[in-house]
Amino acid sequence: MRPSSAPVLIAVAAAFGLLATACSSTGAGSGGAAGGSTGGTAASAPAKPDKIAVAATDTECKVDLNQLPAGTSTFAITNNGSKVTEFYVYATGDRVMGEVENIVPGLTREVVVELPAGTYETACKPGMVGKGIRGPLTVTGSHQPLTKDAALADATASYKRYVQSQSDALLQKTQEFVDAVKAGDIDKAKALFPVARTYWERIEPVAEIFGDLDPAIDARENDVEPGQEWTGYHRIEKDLWVEKDISKDGELADKLMTDVNTIVSKANSAELSPVQLANGAKELLDEVATGKITGEEDRYSHTDLWDFDANLQGSKASVQALRPVLQDRAPDLVTTLDEKFAAAESALSAHQKGDGWQLHTELSKDDLKKLSDAINALAEPISKIAAVIAQ
Amino acid sequence: MTGTSPTETVGTGGTGGGGGLSRRRLFGMGAAGAAVVGAGAVAARALTNETPVAHAASSADPYPFYGAHQAGIVTPAQDRLHFIAFDVITDDRAELAALLQDWTAAAARMTQGKDAGALGAVGGVPEAPPEDTGEAQGLPASGLTLTVGFGPSLFDHRFGLAAKKPAALADLPRFPGEALIPGISGGDLCVQACAHDPQVAVHAVRNLARIGFGKVSVRYSQLGFGRTSSTSRAQATPRNLMGFKDGTHNLKAEDTALVRDHVWAGPGDGPAWMAGGSYLVTRKIRMQIETWDRTSLAEQEAIFGRDKGEGAPLTGKKEFDTPDFARKAADGAPVIAADAHVRLAHPDNVGVHILRRGYNFVDGSDGLGRLDAGLFFMAYQRDPRRQFTPLQLALSRSDALNEYIKHVSSGLFACPPGVQDAGDYWGRALLA
Repeated sequence: MRPSSAPVLIAVAAAFGLLATACSSTGAGSGGAAGGSTGGTAASAPAKPDKIAVAATDTECKVDLNQLPAGTSTFAITNNGSKVTEFYVYATGDRVMGEVENIVPGLTREVVVELPAGTYETACKPGMVGKGIRGPLTVTGSHQPLTKDAALADATASYKRYVQSQSDALLQKTQEFVDAVKAGDIDKAKALFPVARTYWERIEPVAEIFGDLDPAIDARENDVEPGQEWTGYHRIEKDLWVEKDISKDGELADKLMTDVNTIVSKANSAELSPVQLANGAKELLDEVATGKITGEEDRYSHTDLWDFDANLQGSKASVQALRPVLQDRAPDLVTTLDEKFAAAESALSAHQKGDGWQLHTELSKDDLKKLSDAINALAEPISKIAAVIAQ
Repeated sequence: MTGTSPTETVGTGGTGGGGGLSRRRLFGMGAAGAAVVGAGAVAARALTNETPVAHAASSADPYPFYGAHQAGIVTPAQDRLHFIAFDVITDDRAELAALLQDWTAAAARMTQGKDAGALGAVGGVPEAPPEDTGEAQGLPASGLTLTVGFGPSLFDHRFGLAAKKPAALADLPRFPGEALIPGISGGDLCVQACAHDPQVAVHAVRNLARIGFGKVSVRYSQLGFGRTSSTSRAQATPRNLMGFKDGTHNLKAEDTALVRDHVWAGPGDGPAWMAGGSYLVTRKIRMQIETWDRTSLAEQEAIFGRDKGEGAPLTGKKEFDTPDFARKAADGAPVIAADAHVRLAHPDNVGVHILRRGYNFVDGSDGLGRLDAGLFFMAYQRDPRRQFTPLQLALSRSDALNEYIKHVSSGLFACPPGVQDAGDYWGRALLA
């Protein structure tokens, strides 16, 4: 999602913006209402069966009801486990219909989800990794299919919700990371580093639209010109893992927080076009191919697979936001995408270790080639999405 | 510039050193002997005596070896490259000078289609190893040029050359985003071998390396195919591995005033031994061709600022149309984006001319299911501090192409002026 593609993409976005506005007034109770001006989850929508309690532990995800009427529903997730968890409502293909991140042990958080009739899955993700603990969810009632343009509007609104939830968690986890750095707590900061980056890496193409801030937050040492100050996550990463001294990093940590705050507010006000979603999905996989497979991204901590996983999830979120449109226009492509996403996730899951991932240095050349092949196999069908969307 | 300036004529062939038969005469006319009259075969248009444009009559023919400037710079870019960099392993200055004399003699012969030594591949005594390695037997000169350069490290304490080091040979700064691999960067000496036949280029480099055993050690070498630059108006602009015409506004041999001002070191520029020479910058640029290949045509064109078919700027219709950097689209954004390659590299914007002479490379694969491919960038100039460095700083800061490329090696070399005659040798004015 590079800014210089603007001449083409902005034109699409502008034309599309008109359509989206025109359609949303007659929109058929779609998720479109949840995006746009209200920003984020549709908190003002009324919940029909009051609240649906979800009891999450490290091994269970008990959802009170698994039959719901169409419309908005509120899930209240209580984390009774010992690991930080996440809760998702997925449509087919793991299209995110609603989610809440970063539910720490002991906490209850709510999420409002708007669901047309259909079959869904609920998922808790203790430790925030893997496919999570799944359960079925059936929604019944009247459901009007969306018009083509409304389907596109729904896609961008859906992805906007995703960016919103990710950026909320990004702010929170970066704050915790920054606090740990400023407190001089090296172990805690090291543990938080890949977690905070997960939220960053899931939505990085949106952040990259604001080119001037991305380097301040995410530059590697060799990206910086002599004489220019190197700041951001990776500078602190080097101090944590190589210098083993963060006593002078207070200002760096504050600047990181300021920059992340700025970019999050910009990201949440950005209007994205459906073509940009498609390109963003591709660019996230390019990031995996050029930075994570090679171990260049997290060269001191070697936590590249956290970023790899986050890029893959972010890519999937934007692809799945477009799923209803793709299903209508190119069903074979959807089948291929499902297969290749599953294969890439499976290739990656071989390297899961506890609640995290193996370090890049623990992977053999053969492991890396398998991962590289899986990403290339997935990126190829993903590169075909933009043309379908632009039809 | 010193001494006389021999007139370079079309396919003289006889200006090489020493006697002996040419490889081709020895073996009769091979298939390659049939004169191919192509784009490069335009008769020489010598615009000045100083920088004549030498065009071989056919791609099999030789270019003159002796002259005011080294061949292989403004010579119309041949199709193939074998570049090699050496570390000097002797500390003896006399031995270094002797090596350069031996290299010069062998180069004078090989560029004319002859064996590396007078006895050749098979003319010596049976008990001795052959003087020439033999793989070019029967092949014509194939437009071979051999161009020598001296790296900054040659001017350290070893040979007492520190006082003669040109200021323009100062190490390049570190550029944002580069990821240089030391083992394929730098070098005390370099030789650029260019020819229309890769076997001829490799043969030349191999024989020079062989002559250098014990005095120099091969640091790295690079094969290139598909010239990525035109250095003459008689040549069409070629394409890089991204599929684009790049370097449309490269300096051409026919731009005699520009070449004089931007390629050749002048007598007052630095040490006298470099007058008539040129500074070579090499950069091995790995391309992420797999991610590039799944990028949309619109984005590829936006990144270059040119259309992919014709090579025209996005504001024009033909390749050589002048880009209109001020023109805006309906939405107010510039038609050629602020970070488009053509905007950042165009001489009108940066005020910098260089003579590019790069080649595509594919060095096998990288073990991760991808081709190890890209551009071996080479550029000649009068002073890198005023040409390559500011240009590359601008590109490395903001070029949209950076997402798809990575500079993995760097070299800087002072290429001395041409060898005058059989009594002269590469770097004589520096070492004698």
